[in-house]
Amino acid sequence: MSARTRQESLEREHWTGPTSRYDIVKEGVIATVVVAVLTVLLAAVFSSPDEPALTFQGWANTMPDDFYNVTVAELAGTSESATYGAPYNNGGDGQVLGPLMPQKWAGIHQPVDPANDFVITPLETQQQPEDVAAALTRWTSASADERAAWATTYDTAINDPAGADGDATKVPSGAYGPVPALADGLLAMATSGALDGVFAAPGQFYNTDTTKQILFLGDGGYLDAAGTANHLQGNQWGMMNETGNYPGQQWLAPFSVWYQLPIFNSEAESGFAATLTANGDIYIMSIIAVLTLLVILLPFIPGLRSIPRLIPVHKLIWRDYYKKRS
Amino acid sequence: MHAAIQVLADAPVYLTWGWVSVSVPNLIAILVTTSLLVLALVLPFPKGRHPKGRHPKDDS
Amino acid sequence: MSTDTVRAHQAPPTSWIGRLRGRLERALPYEKLLPETQPAYVASWIYVFGVLTLAALAMIVLSGTVLAFEGPSWYHTSRTGLFVNSLHFWSVQLFFLFMVVHLAGKFWMAAWRGSRAKTWITGMVAFVASVGAGLSGYTLQTNFDSQWIAFEAKDGLNAVGIGAWFNVADLGQVMLVHVFFVPAVLVVIVAVHVLLVRIHGVVPPIDAAEVEARAAHHGREPGEVG
Repeated sequence: MSARTRQESLEREHWTGPTSRYDIVKEGVIATVVVAVLTVLLAAVFSSPDEPALTFQGWANTMPDDFYNVTVAELAGTSESATYGAPYNNGGDGQVLGPLMPQKWAGIHQPVDPANDFVITPLETQQQPEDVAAALTRWTSASADERAAWATTYDTAINDPAGADGDATKVPSGAYGPVPALADGLLAMATSGALDGVFAAPGQFYNTDTTKQILFLGDGGYLDAAGTANHLQGNQWGMMNETGNYPGQQWLAPFSVWYQLPIFNSEAESGFAATLTANGDIYIMSIIAVLTLLVILLPFIPGLRSIPRLIPVHKLIWRDYYKKRS
Repeated sequence: MHAAIQVLADAPVYLTWGWVSVSVPNLIAILVTTSLLVLALVLPFPKGRHPKGRHPKDDS
Repeated sequence: MSTDTVRAHQAPPTSWIGRLRGRLERALPYEKLLPETQPAYVASWIYVFGVLTLAALAMIVLSGTVLAFEGPSWYHTSRTGLFVNSLHFWSVQLFFLFMVVHLAGKFWMAAWRGSRAKTWITGMVAFVASVGAGLSGYTLQTNFDSQWIAFEAKDGLNAVGIGAWFNVADLGQVMLVHVFFVPAVLVVIVAVHVLLVRIHGVVPPIDAAEVEARAAHHGREPGEVG
């Protein structure tokens, strides 16, 4: 029998070599007590992070201009939510990896219509001041083309870099229809705090689905600024980080690292870098899937599975056994 | 106790070297993990006791 | 006549249940499942990190059960709730810490040798499932962190298509996934993982055959130590 065959059969068979006394139950009990004590100590001394949730009221009071502009963008269909695509709407194709479009193929399973869900419906659930009520009537009785024309014109005017450049007070007069009044109305609802309750369940009692809230909140600068301030953005190693002075998810470092690469953070308007940046998530998820498979199937991968033999850390692990048997 | 909790409620310090940025709590967690691995490999282990009989059937 | 003698004289079982019992008895007799000894090479602190990971998992489940009973917003307004949440938070930190050290140790031992590939695979799959438990847990917090993580994670999930079914912004679904679905799957994977270790035994050293051969050559009996 060759040395290798002897080793292989030794590994497969029940060990008949030297043994020592061992109590698996005692080990389990000791481990449980040690970990329990450690956990209680850490919890008592350090507590845990709990940053209160952001609200629409907070957004409207802290960044009213941003809230106003995003509301207009929702009506115009130019916001991130409106152009997201599946699983919410047909506003975009979503991310692609070459010919693969799993986002689009999965279809619309959580329908979200930003103009109605984020603006019109919440406004309609509450008694509004005369001008807002009139604006609502005008909007709902107009055709889709008319609405699009009003909202898009106003949205473009607000964001015109040569004109208002984000400041709605500097917008020249134009054919904006009821849009400014609607945006004002929603801002007032949000500022008062009414929007938070209504948004969750407009005209309903129950709701546990916060999809619409998350999407609307994420369309603006308020959630984004809070993310940046807490080092939670993708390119701030955010996937690993926690709010407050607490450890986060260090085990996600191999996942987070990819979001730091310049090629996934490119400002380019076209080309390979632009494609990778626009579709960063599907590319990085694919990389992680491959790496995870590599580790799961490590026993079958030549080269990788030989590393423990080539770099003999095991000499440390089993040094007691070697000494005993020599 | 209160002091410890108050300190933790504040924002963490981030250490940055080029494109690598890590919070102090995360760095501590990573260092503890690495240290435990190294210590587990190098710290001496208490000697085991011999099994009661040396008949092969007595061993599991 | 004792039961064993009776059994020895009977024909091998032909019933499904009998054959199943036979297979289980041969693969994992009680002496292997709950042994009083272990191979002499299991003598390093690196070996305790598997059971430490299990102990941390037990703390996670215990603290998580209390949190689940009280609802996901309890800990914002209750001091006891915050303490239980802290138990859950720190036991998760310990869980991943111990698991990573355990993984590293098993890698350097090449612990997949000797038909133990399934043990390695179930271990890695348990790690992946744990990350899933983590994601659903983080999005269940009903605070700013869960808002942010739901907002970010939805993009990754949507990009690969599964976001259509796994909606991290849907508290109802996230609660089900985190409190029941993933733990149930994880407990099964971990149970299989631990049973595989007991069935195959702890992997012998990479050069055990050489060491044992040399010991035999120098006149050392297999059971002789010192």
